[in-house]
Amino acid sequence: MKLKIVTLLLILLPAVGFASSASKMEMDHIEVALNNKASLQNGAKLFVNYCLSCHSAQYMRYNRMASDLGIPEDVVRENMVFTDSKIGDLMTTTMNAKDATKWFGVAPPDLSLIGRLRDPEWLYNYLRSFYLDENSPSGWNNVVFENVAMPHALYELQGQRKAIFKTVTEADGLEVEKLDRFELVKPGKMTLEEYDDAMKDLTNFLVYLGEPAKMVRGKYGVWVIIFLLMFGALAYALKKEYWRDVH
Amino acid sequence: MTDDHVDSRRRRLLTVATTTVGLAGAVGLVIPFAGSLSPSEKAKAAGAPVQVDISKLESGQQITVEWRGKPVWIIRRSQEMLEQLSSLDGSLADPKSESNQQPAYAQNAYRSIKDELLILVGICTHLGCSPGYQPDIGPAAFDENWKGGFLCVCHGSKFDMAGRVYSGVPAPTNLVVPPHQYLSDTVIVIGEDGGLV
Amino acid sequence: MSFIDWVDERFPATKVWKEHFTEYYAPKNFNFWYFFGSLALVVLVLQIITGLLLAMNYKPDAELAFASVEYIMRDVWGGWFVRYMHSTGASMFFVVIYLHMFRGLLYGSYRNPRELIWIFGMVIYLAMMATAFFGYLLPWGQMSFWGAQVIVNLFETLPFIGAALSEWIRGDYVISDITLNRFFAFHFLIPFILLGLVFLHIVSLHKVGSNNPDGIEIKKGPKGNKWSKDAPADSIPFHPYYTVKDVMGLVVFLIFFIIIVFFMPEMGGYFLEQPNFEPANPLKTPDHIAPVWYFTPYYAILRAVPSFAGTQVWGVLAMGASIAMFFILPWLDRSPVKSIRYKGPIFKSCLTVFAISFVVLGYLGTQPPTPGLTLLAQVFSIIYFAFFLLMPIYSKMDKTKPVPERLTK
Repeated sequence: MKLKIVTLLLILLPAVGFASSASKMEMDHIEVALNNKASLQNGAKLFVNYCLSCHSAQYMRYNRMASDLGIPEDVVRENMVFTDSKIGDLMTTTMNAKDATKWFGVAPPDLSLIGRLRDPEWLYNYLRSFYLDENSPSGWNNVVFENVAMPHALYELQGQRKAIFKTVTEADGLEVEKLDRFELVKPGKMTLEEYDDAMKDLTNFLVYLGEPAKMVRGKYGVWVIIFLLMFGALAYALKKEYWRDVH
Repeated sequence: MTDDHVDSRRRRLLTVATTTVGLAGAVGLVIPFAGSLSPSEKAKAAGAPVQVDISKLESGQQITVEWRGKPVWIIRRSQEMLEQLSSLDGSLADPKSESNQQPAYAQNAYRSIKDELLILVGICTHLGCSPGYQPDIGPAAFDENWKGGFLCVCHGSKFDMAGRVYSGVPAPTNLVVPPHQYLSDTVIVIGEDGGLV
Repeated sequence: MSFIDWVDERFPATKVWKEHFTEYYAPKNFNFWYFFGSLALVVLVLQIITGLLLAMNYKPDAELAFASVEYIMRDVWGGWFVRYMHSTGASMFFVVIYLHMFRGLLYGSYRNPRELIWIFGMVIYLAMMATAFFGYLLPWGQMSFWGAQVIVNLFETLPFIGAALSEWIRGDYVISDITLNRFFAFHFLIPFILLGLVFLHIVSLHKVGSNNPDGIEIKKGPKGNKWSKDAPADSIPFHPYYTVKDVMGLVVFLIFFIIIVFFMPEMGGYFLEQPNFEPANPLKTPDHIAPVWYFTPYYAILRAVPSFAGTQVWGVLAMGASIAMFFILPWLDRSPVKSIRYKGPIFKSCLTVFAISFVVLGYLGTQPPTPGLTLLAQVFSIIYFAFFLLMPIYSKMDKTKPVPERLTK
């Protein structure tokens, strides 16, 4: 029987995930905490203030966010809805896609699912890796997402930074450019630590936004498994009982 | 291989227990399956309470708004219309609005919160057509003694200016008064009454 | 007269129940590998139910499809559960079927007189692959779109008719709204054909009787047991003995299933692929596209074959042949014994190597091709085919053990 369980496990195991591809910098780790309501609320605040003016979250409803994150509906209505949307409406943006394409070269993508399309680690590092680059049309570039069309929407919080690169020789002899350090040109409203914490909250919120059901499915899952274990014990006893005829 | 050791009581007990728990599990599985067919958040958002500004509504005039995909009428009744109502009691099926077709706050002579303002779901209680507004008092093709009200052309059901159904027509009950409340003298919310009921 | 009698006079309810449950005598030594048939049936039924519920909210329209899936995930009450049951069910169906097929390989269940059962089973497997392929387009994400694009373009490599054929399948010059619409129709239809095939599979099984881990025909052995004097001595009634046992197996399976649905529905990108969370974009291919895991062994074989004589059709033919091998399997095995228990070391090693090559090919199919990996895929593709094509030789020369008269444990 043990061998059989091992066989089953072997079949189910290849789910260990993908290694992230080579990048120009060491990615900082982030622990997603969907049970941290305060963090999610702060992330939501940042999201509606800094992201939602250009990006939409067109599969998400304001009232769903309100109830999932424990924000009273009138607070959302007064402080988080900047369009003429109603509380039950989808979180669309007022910017139209044609104008956006004219301004940025591409229309800002919808962010409803960005937390599933990208790893949380990628998002967290991306949001913290903008730097000034006069060669880019927007004046900004990003270490994690090279030549991104998006300007640094949060620069007034993080401040303006330059990126210093260095050339590194890899183990296989290949010379690659890696980030050496960022240099603060003009400080923002937050210290870098405060900004990192804010981006943790925003990333946390984006993960929630990608799949609101993630907040609850684990809770249900535990009960279903407890039920199945109970049912399984009964089914096992029943089988044992009947099979006494055979053995 | 003999039957000596068969404990049929234990066997029956285990069978019943396993079947019961299994059926409970099946019911548990049906809950999300069946639940997925109930109105979604999209439907709820589309069916959210509607705010209506009635400051421009004139006496005798009817406006129709949509709430949960159904027509809701708002009519400012004239004094003359209101006066007719009590005289009709004899020819109505439910003059006192005893069947549960309105919130408690509209279970009165005029079936409304404010005397002159009538708010009704414009769906015939017979088979769901939307009756037409026939406000003019006087002989009509369908009724010689017409006192104003609503006529459903689908099957000829008649209602008075309070949405009460005439007796002897196909429709069994009065027209429905939806939950509603006044935010101010000129703004009504349809679909929400702050739990007044 | 009881209600049952009333029915029985008009419909053979009791007769069917007896023939297929209480008086269907199955070998008494079914082991772990015998759970997967009933599990497959349960998964099929679950897929049909959840699929029906999804179809009530899904919109087979290129403009709306992606959004309607998110609508199910967010706005429909319990929608995420129904959808994850369906997406997990699709993969678990293949897990169960692969194990079910491997059982057949282990114990020679495809051998005379069960060739037709095996062939019906293979047709079921093909129908499953078709359903899965059509269904994978429906979420209209990047993987859906480009996966379908690549697979349909396979037909383009066929000589003469290729280009016209792939356009005919798509109904357009690329995968489009028109393609999505017809794929949805097929995805809805084929599962019901599948049900019919399952019926045939079971009818033919009950005609000849189940095989067993010893590969012994119990019907040819002595008769008479405590339930019937005519039934094979080594048999037991399917109901209640195997029904209660299968329920037990089902619960264990459901625990695995539920863990995936509630805790890891993406299964690390193998059940739900990350690029599929971005709507289909005909102008931009994702960095790396791979079919879902259950197709990857064949995909690896496809990529392993180089193009020559100016055409890529060889890879497609090899892929087709790799599936066709299973159909002729009953006539390739010349061993005097059925079960692996009594087969000799040569067959045992060949089967082991084949199983490994199937898994390795499956892994290679998920990886981006590099010269090294392609060479590896070529080696394992050869092993894959050698297992089948050389079987008439090695199965005959193998030194088998004597088969006992009666069932062992």
